[in-house]
Amino acid sequence: MKIAIASGKGGTGKTTIATSLALSLANVTPAPLFLDCDVEAPNAHLFLRPTFERRQDVGILIPRVDESKCTYCGKCAEVCQYHAIAVLGKKTLVFAQLCHGCGSCTLVCPERAISEIPDVMGVIESGTARAGITFARGMLNIGEPMAVPVIRQLKKWIAPESNQIVIMDAPPGTSCPVVESVRGADFLLLVTEPTPFGLHDLRLAAQIARELKIPAGVIVNRDGIGDASVDAFCAAERLPILLRVPFDRALAEGIARGQTLVDVRPEYGAWFRQIVAQIANREVVR
Amino acid sequence: MKQLVILSGKGGTGKTSVAAAFAHLADADSLRAVLADADVDAANLELVLSPRVIEEHDFVGGSVAVIDPDLCNNCDTCIQVCRFDAISLSHHVDPIACDGCAACVYQCPTNAIRIEPQIAGRWFRSETRYGPLFHAALRPAQENSGKLVTLVKQQARLRALDENYPLVIVDGPPGIGCPVISAVSGADLALIVTEPTVAGIHDLERALQTTAHFRVPSFVCINKADVYPDGAAQIEAHCREHAIEIVGRIPFDQTVTEAMVNGAPVTAYRADAPASRALRAVWERVCARLENGQ
Repeated sequence: MKIAIASGKGGTGKTTIATSLALSLANVTPAPLFLDCDVEAPNAHLFLRPTFERRQDVGILIPRVDESKCTYCGKCAEVCQYHAIAVLGKKTLVFAQLCHGCGSCTLVCPERAISEIPDVMGVIESGTARAGITFARGMLNIGEPMAVPVIRQLKKWIAPESNQIVIMDAPPGTSCPVVESVRGADFLLLVTEPTPFGLHDLRLAAQIARELKIPAGVIVNRDGIGDASVDAFCAAERLPILLRVPFDRALAEGIARGQTLVDVRPEYGAWFRQIVAQIANREVVR
Repeated sequence: MKQLVILSGKGGTGKTSVAAAFAHLADADSLRAVLADADVDAANLELVLSPRVIEEHDFVGGSVAVIDPDLCNNCDTCIQVCRFDAISLSHHVDPIACDGCAACVYQCPTNAIRIEPQIAGRWFRSETRYGPLFHAALRPAQENSGKLVTLVKQQARLRALDENYPLVIVDGPPGIGCPVISAVSGADLALIVTEPTVAGIHDLERALQTTAHFRVPSFVCINKADVYPDGAAQIEAHCREHAIEIVGRIPFDQTVTEAMVNGAPVTAYRADAPASRALRAVWERVCARLENGQ
């Protein structure tokens, strides 16, 4: 079973919830597989403290043009939707940062002058973390624009054991990196805060769940700050609120130091196990 | 004309609250500024500036492949060439997975596939009580947020140049990837809003590496500075080591959330709140840096 954690708005507590959920399930066999899909700003390792044992560069395949075979016919530039390859007089140029690695230019080249070489965009790493959790994360290299290929390869890297629970911590936002992260999940936990910003972005995240046809439930973090509009929205959309975590300065201080919710408030462990049981038994339906 | 971009790395550190306060303070100081919300997938600046939309336009993002079932001979070539797992075994394109690369279009032996542009969102030119705002709404699950950020910023910049505005304030997205790169490009100065938490510090370092990579001078402001004093000290040490100025410390203050609920920048909502006073000091240091030609 795969559970993804998303939010729309950043900083609502996705990683706090995801890492606490993983630690709550540490006595389950096999221990969960945790994937930190926020490859631009990965933080889960700070709380689960893995020892990395494997590491692999990842990226896409970009074209390399063999100038001795190229006739500058321009077919490659014509088919490229990303303007990543251009023929200028007697020179064919590849713009690696624009390339999406689709391979179309290689396929259409009538001279077979294009081969493909790997272009590294980031790294994926895995190891064992606290409480025996299998941990893997991706890290986008500085200055690289595209997070999606790193997320895609991270998700393919480790095949979960049968009946292993997979927890995927998604990045903030609502665009392609979020979609790539939550795709294939059996359930989406949407973490929000009861403020106008939280609600605005929860609305968008709930739309992603609907478009991808993934059942979803809400966790209201920092409950008590802000207003009641998130509750009203969830009621109107029939989105179940699975947990409320009241705002608590001691908890905020603990998280600041690198503790998770269940480190500071162990009583939440039972709640998380109950949520997972509900999801597994399909008791949570929209 | 100067461009100031507000970034963070980690989400939820307070970028938009700072940007809204700056919009208010610029106006209060009679410094005319154009505002741009570059967080196009979770645009929140409009929630505190209550803009009046003057113009709105469709944003045509990427394209998606469409297969004509009458022309398809089920040869599976499209499935084999697609690197985005976007074509099902029954030859249907998943528009969310499709990257719009058109490799299938050119390889299909029966010319059954065409590519159709998608409306990925909308962008707006608005007026607010503090000046013009350019903002956008990317549809959920869409691509090309970087392109939309570039468009919003370009419009804001043109307005500033046309009407002699001395400043463009850009509220940036979280992360370090394509929308952030688009938000940073062309900026004169980046203000990175961080929080003294292990996650905030980790992402601050990545945000600073990103602005350094694009050679944009940066400085840092620590939000909720009193929540974890050891973390604040770590940020200070890191910044000292890398010769990055810290332009202020904003204390944790529930007035910030209260102001957000009331749809106002905190500095306008309650000028004497601890966060408002700290933001005023940060703003003055930012202005001094901008005037010094930084």
